[in-house]
Amino acid sequence: MKLTPEEKEMLNGKHGRAAQKSMEILTTLGDIFEAESMVKVYGVQIAGVSYANLGEAGLEFLNEMAEDGQVKVLTTLNPAGMDRENWQALGIDEEFAKNQNRVIDAFAKMGIITTCSCTPYLIGNTPHYGQHLAWAESSAVCYANSVIGARTNREGGPSALASAITGKTPDYGYHKENNRHGQVLFKINTSINGTDQFGVLGKLIGDKLGALEKKIPYISGIPEASVEELKSFCASVATYGGTALFHMEYITPEYDKYPKPSDLIFEINRDDLERARSELIDEDNEIDFISIGCPHATIHEIANIAKLLKDKKVKKEFWITTARPIKKLADAAGYSEIIENAGAKFAADTCCVVAPIKQRFKGIMVDSAKACYYGRAKNKFKVKLGTMEECIKEATK
Amino acid sequence: MKLIGRKIYKGTAEGQALVTKDGISFYGGVDPDTGEVVEVGHELEGHSVSGKILVFPSGKGSTVGSYTMYRMMKNNTAPAAIVNSDIDTIIAVGCIISEIPCVDKININNIKTGQNLIVNGTEGIVEVK
Repeated sequence: MKLTPEEKEMLNGKHGRAAQKSMEILTTLGDIFEAESMVKVYGVQIAGVSYANLGEAGLEFLNEMAEDGQVKVLTTLNPAGMDRENWQALGIDEEFAKNQNRVIDAFAKMGIITTCSCTPYLIGNTPHYGQHLAWAESSAVCYANSVIGARTNREGGPSALASAITGKTPDYGYHKENNRHGQVLFKINTSINGTDQFGVLGKLIGDKLGALEKKIPYISGIPEASVEELKSFCASVATYGGTALFHMEYITPEYDKYPKPSDLIFEINRDDLERARSELIDEDNEIDFISIGCPHATIHEIANIAKLLKDKKVKKEFWITTARPIKKLADAAGYSEIIENAGAKFAADTCCVVAPIKQRFKGIMVDSAKACYYGRAKNKFKVKLGTMEECIKEATK
Repeated sequence: MKLIGRKIYKGTAEGQALVTKDGISFYGGVDPDTGEVVEVGHELEGHSVSGKILVFPSGKGSTVGSYTMYRMMKNNTAPAAIVNSDIDTIIAVGCIISEIPCVDKININNIKTGQNLIVNGTEGIVEVK
């Protein structure tokens, strides 16, 4: 790999231990994936924030990096294992809270903005078309590449941190134009509406791509899609198919930049969607937990929830997971008061995937296909996918 | 016999080979406190990787695996070195942050469990003694 004089200095330890370790990680990855050089990144999103995943060893690594490591570019964090202000009301134990705060303190020491959200693109880590990034968090990676047209590989926790500290990432994979063209065409012959239905479509396409061992779908036949629907689709197709980039005709910015795939074509009809949806609804599900906000809810979604919950009471545990700045916006707009008066709870900074809630509930209802996957696999819940309206109906009945 | 591969992480280690044809997931697949492989049905299930030259095709599973390797290094349960056919990012990053000598692009069919190996991660060479 060809390095600039500054990159060589980092590798030789002239800029400190954290920069040296970071450059070792990045040059090794660059050699493995045959990158010719490094590229400057505009911003970084770091995963591996929940203490439940990191443990003491991960924390020790972060503390070692924080001894002399400082980030060079805009860097934000993935959700933590708890709401940093409201953890007691959500049933998080004190020992966990203490350790979670030690993790966040280590990141803060390095100059990272401790937002703790999977939707950095809604709260200030907002790249534009064509910019290079080093993002972890599979749903945000998919959103950045596809909806924004920025360029990032799917990073892990340590490689994203290494890019934050050096401001660089090896130039391979999705950073290169010739790796960004669609591979499989999916023609949608039915209408798709709502976050839940876009999640179902993500699962359907993700499963199909997995079977074909392909990664980049090109989707046609969708006339319009909201930010919320695309956010849900990204999370789902990344979870089920490992997809980091898709093109959607007339919707995403690079749809006509590369040729439309013409050799691998699949049609998707109403009954295909119904079949995929039925796979996200378990039988004999005693629902005792409803969670909205996977990925983190937008202010528009929260406004809708407030409208639906006005003058009602929820009878089940109900979480709305979102980024702290969006929660503050909801406070100022008066939405939080309506929602909390109805008995629902905000869980900012965290989500139903990373919070330590394994086996705490029997059955979960969500409007997110991604939340179904982790609800089952990680938390051992029975799951039910529905529209947001259906979720609220279930909570208040 | 000298096998020439690609250097992944620097340093030299000598030890006994522990060879498997199965991929390894350190997160969930290996107990970081004992060094024992705990993945059900894995060829090495019940074997300890601690202090061994661990020889396997490639990593698999969650990216948290890199942190698990770091934890094993802190617990003194890590392998002495790692030899892969085609390394993946989880194992590569794990070796770098844990400072475990590592070489890939080696035909691992040439190595048998119990053989004495010298792994030179700096040069990318594995010597079978």
